[in-house]
Amino acid sequence: MLNYVWIFLISVSIIVGAINGKLQAVTEAAFKYAGVAVDIAIGLIGVMALWLGIMRIAEKAGLVRLLARALRPVMTRLFPGVPADHPAMGAMILNISANWLGLSNAATPLGLKAMEELQKINPNKDIATDDMVVFLGLNTGSITLIPATILAVRVQMGSAAPWEIIGTTIFASTCASITAVIFAKLFQRMPVFKIKTKNNDTEITNNEEK
Amino acid sequence: MGDIFRLIIEKVSVLAIPFLLFFIPVLAFFKKVKIYEEFVEGAKEGFQVAVVIIPYLVAILVAIGMFRASGAMDIFAKMVSPITDLIGFPPDALPAAIMRPLSGSGTLGIVTELMKAHGPDSFIGRFASTIYGSTETTFYVLAVYFGAVNIKKTRHAVPSGLMADFVGIMAALFICRVMFG
Repeated sequence: MLNYVWIFLISVSIIVGAINGKLQAVTEAAFKYAGVAVDIAIGLIGVMALWLGIMRIAEKAGLVRLLARALRPVMTRLFPGVPADHPAMGAMILNISANWLGLSNAATPLGLKAMEELQKINPNKDIATDDMVVFLGLNTGSITLIPATILAVRVQMGSAAPWEIIGTTIFASTCASITAVIFAKLFQRMPVFKIKTKNNDTEITNNEEK
Repeated sequence: MGDIFRLIIEKVSVLAIPFLLFFIPVLAFFKKVKIYEEFVEGAKEGFQVAVVIIPYLVAILVAIGMFRASGAMDIFAKMVSPITDLIGFPPDALPAAIMRPLSGSGTLGIVTELMKAHGPDSFIGRFASTIYGSTETTFYVLAVYFGAVNIKKTRHAVPSGLMADFVGIMAALFICRVMFG
């Protein structure tokens, strides 16, 4: 996909630049932005190091578990197909908590663990369950409490108030997260998205797993 | 009512970082975490994060920078403006919105270029910053998570993920209009 986007941007720039007589400006931009990219990335090191250091402390202090405890009552309602004491539930709650805190390094292994556990209670191994889709909805539309990378870029850009966008980001990402859950729940009942199996052995495989 | 809402969002923005810089180390200290050592350990990753994104940033910043310098961005903005003007969406920021579900580092590149071109404290700069944090990279997350357990039929995962992206970006536009005019 990105291959298409990239070739589109580059080729259209050259062609339009040629038509507009701006080829020199296009070349200059290419060189200038190659340098800018490195300057910005290197400039991120300080703020990223500060933030990742703080988040490491948060992780060691058990903040993920603290948040997980608060989230549990809501989560168990969101996943009716997962028994409350199933390992999948624990892994999902920890993954969501880690995501909210912006601990993506900690979140991904927990998320993969959650998917493995969800797969164990999935009767059709190649078809996503309703619970998986809700879980991934919470991941793709995850609430962002501190957008650390963009904060660092804003600092590097010389913003007068880099933090200004924290509140707006929390608002927007919360809306996205709620939408993901609502639409996952709405779509799962639609005929197009119903689980279709070749034969009706769903019940049998289900029992076998347990 | 609107004023209170604005005030809350503003206060959250200003207080979030100082609160966390205070709360996290203090909590950890009382939980007997070796905060200094752990901080240094975590901070080491800062280098990695910054260095790893360099090739992605170069690829996208160069492409989008060329796109703007050639005048193609103006043409694109004119083409989409009948639609974007309807909802008060800055046409320049549309590529960032389109890229958001496809690639996180790609979006970061576009957002960075927007801030470079318009300034981080411009409306577009603030809006683009908010877009970046408003949702995750839907296609990447789905590929990794479903791929890990060999799920082939993802059913409604893509449509509901994209709905969330769309609403997230619209919510970003709404809240930035409220907060930054």
